[in-house]
Amino acid sequence: MKLLIVDDSLIMRRAIERCVSTHRFEEIRVAINGRQAVEEFARFRPDLVTMDITMPEMDGLTAVELILKTNPRAIILVVSALADKATAVEAIKRGASGFLLKPITIESIQEALEDAIAP
Amino acid sequence: MEENILKIFALSVTRYFDTVAEGGATLAPPYLGADGEALGLGFSAVIGITGAYRGNIYYTAPRRKLHALLPHLGETAADDRLCASLVGEIANTISGNAREHLGRGFMISTPFILEGSDIAVRTTKDIPCYILPITWQGHPSRVLVSLQKSPDTP
Repeated sequence: MKLLIVDDSLIMRRAIERCVSTHRFEEIRVAINGRQAVEEFARFRPDLVTMDITMPEMDGLTAVELILKTNPRAIILVVSALADKATAVEAIKRGASGFLLKPITIESIQEALEDAIAP
Repeated sequence: MEENILKIFALSVTRYFDTVAEGGATLAPPYLGADGEALGLGFSAVIGITGAYRGNIYYTAPRRKLHALLPHLGETAADDRLCASLVGEIANTISGNAREHLGRGFMISTPFILEGSDIAVRTTKDIPCYILPITWQGHPSRVLVSLQKSPDTP
């Protein structure tokens, strides 16, 4: 399986990568904003995407929408610090498969990834 | 600024350290910063606030504290690039988490990172700056809250 990690924070990209290192992902790539995520998704065709929301150039919710326009079956887990319910609802409305609130733990990210890829 | 807002940020900071660093953060009572006071502790991140509120949220910490915190995120190395990213992520997380209480109209920017201890905060009559001192494992850090309700916010 292939994973694309999208976050403008270096420390978060590394933390998520470490959290999933024992998982079944054979290849992991990263993007640092929504625009890069859309481009990288088209090239890489990942099985799963973790997507931050607050990023420069293009926010994560816009990227979710654009990715799903070209690939409606994309599985995208939004991982964000934005804790209001309206944002989580908006993410799901735009097609995200799940919403995980930061700060994350190894357990919370692993559980959310399992839920997102469960058939 | 309402006292309630400072409580919201105190909760956000506590939640961060409880989740990431198994707790242990203690908060001292907040105080009002003086205009021009040097408040930076080495690495600082600023989040711009727009929407229902305007102003800035800062998180600032010394290198030693960040080095002590990095292993809790799984980092074995400790360099300035990671310290800068960590203060940015903490500022982003505590500001974003505050939306649980302040709502979606509390709009946050991406973090802007500053290095150095001579970072001064310019306060104005309109937007005072409150300082929330935090101690974790003997290391100091601060959240600076400089916010005002936007004129068109009820």
